[in-house]
Amino acid sequence: VIAQQVVNGLLLGAVYSLVALGYWLVMGVLGILNVAISEIFMMGAYLGFVVVLAHRSIWLAVPIAMVGAAVLGLIVERFGYKPLRDAPPIVPLLSTVGFSLIFQNVATNVWGSDPVQLPESIFARRMSFGTIEVGPIQMLIVACTGSLILLLALVVKRSWLGRALRAVSESRDVAMLLGVPADTVTIGTFVISGALAGAAGCLVGLHYSVINPYIGVETGLKGIAVMIVGGVNNVWGSLVAGPLIGIAEVLAVAYGASSYRDIVAYGLLICMLLLRPQGLLGGTISRSGRA
Amino acid sequence: MLSSYVLGLLTLIGINLLLALSVYVILATGQLSLGNGGFMALGAYGASVLTASYGVPLPFALLIAALGTGLVGVAVGYPALRLTGVYLAIATLGFGEIIRTFFLNFPVTGGAGGFHGMRIVAPGTVWLWAGGCFVAILLAEQSRLWLEYRAVRDDEFAAFALGLDPTSLKVGAFGVGAALAAIGGGLFAHYALYIEPGNFSFLVSIEMVLFVILGGSETVWGPLVGAIAMTVLPEMLRFVGNWRDAVFGAMLIVILWVRREGLVSGNIVPRIVRRERKIRATAT
Repeated sequence: VIAQQVVNGLLLGAVYSLVALGYWLVMGVLGILNVAISEIFMMGAYLGFVVVLAHRSIWLAVPIAMVGAAVLGLIVERFGYKPLRDAPPIVPLLSTVGFSLIFQNVATNVWGSDPVQLPESIFARRMSFGTIEVGPIQMLIVACTGSLILLLALVVKRSWLGRALRAVSESRDVAMLLGVPADTVTIGTFVISGALAGAAGCLVGLHYSVINPYIGVETGLKGIAVMIVGGVNNVWGSLVAGPLIGIAEVLAVAYGASSYRDIVAYGLLICMLLLRPQGLLGGTISRSGRA
Repeated sequence: MLSSYVLGLLTLIGINLLLALSVYVILATGQLSLGNGGFMALGAYGASVLTASYGVPLPFALLIAALGTGLVGVAVGYPALRLTGVYLAIATLGFGEIIRTFFLNFPVTGGAGGFHGMRIVAPGTVWLWAGGCFVAILLAEQSRLWLEYRAVRDDEFAAFALGLDPTSLKVGAFGVGAALAAIGGGLFAHYALYIEPGNFSFLVSIEMVLFVILGGSETVWGPLVGAIAMTVLPEMLRFVGNWRDAVFGAMLIVILWVRREGLVSGNIVPRIVRRERKIRATAT
């Protein structure tokens, strides 16, 4: 049983990592907390459900959710961030809260505030490896998160866009002097982070097969905790912290304190901020705690 | 006579003013708290248990809750001194969520089922507390203490070099802010008569910050204007029905575009008062 729990925790954690990378990208490059990520995550879950219920195909769900979520990310950038770019960081944070309210309200009015459930038949086929059972959705989670994280790491570390991102995060003005189109980079940050959150939402929705308009606050917000525990300075941080928190939560549910599972993520968040503000993989520079 | 609807709205404005002040005091030292919903929850549950289960009179219950929560605020503020800016905000967000989850599972206060049994508070009492706290901060803003807060906010190291003690100033502000949120929460509980952990969610903490940022964070008049505007605005949007939150969110973004420094900026109020005095002085 414990092996199954660990596998479940890893799957959940992989999805946490995706959301955390969404937060991380905007925070790392622009230094602001985009709270709307958690609601884009929720919208991604609903978009995935719409596709699955209409076409009975789980393979189309993730790409469509990602595209829809990327568009939402673009909207947040255009109306929530761009006009307020030179304001203190708390102002864009609040404008993304405005978008959170809008997205949650749209979801409640379009799909209702009651939970939506997927039909059982979609999960019929299950494969077992020894004591561990895996369904097609679990395989999808592994495939998607794996390839997306790899892709993101490649983009950030190797591509032109990645170099531009890092240049803008160092200093927007100097980057622009050197010919980096900072506005395009900013849009790219929001679009990619939206797409990541959308994919994560879609996968979580399919994994649990039941969603409501509040999963953004319940699950998506934990991405912030994962980001901090992993370390804001490092791409791989979220990759380590996601599964760690996922397994810790699943084990907390399995062995007793099920209702306290939310304390695990936020407790780790606070401990990490107090004991090691740069996060697990943040390196030795402690500048991160003083941004 | 005022209708009960208007009285309810006035009560809510008073409660929201206290919550706005709780963020304002902490922000005055340059610290942003996204976890004041947690302090509000502690005050609400604390005061409610005292009045409903132990029969303590409301004023004493509020004072005890404020004192206890203030100590929690100091306890939270002290370790959080290592953090600034967005990181402090995230840490306090985590604190708020932990408090909410705690009450979700705490059997003594009814867990997810909520807690009730409080007796309703008169609107006048709410305004006595809210007005009292407002005037106290208004007076404090004229004092040396507030200059020291400002100094810490503007440049902590320079303030330290001047011989100030940034640590105790920042922790003290956290304690005062927590106590104010607790009074607001306690009064809210005795106004709503039924509280559940959902009343103290992350969005509530954010709402308190909105009061201050939209009203203006330079003088104490800002939180007052913000609390009034942000309480009345959603009521005026009743006609849009189900789309109220979306319209509210959109208006919020537009207000930030137009006046990011808040409705009341700088020394606008003292300036008006001074000008009037001057006019009156020349008239006589």
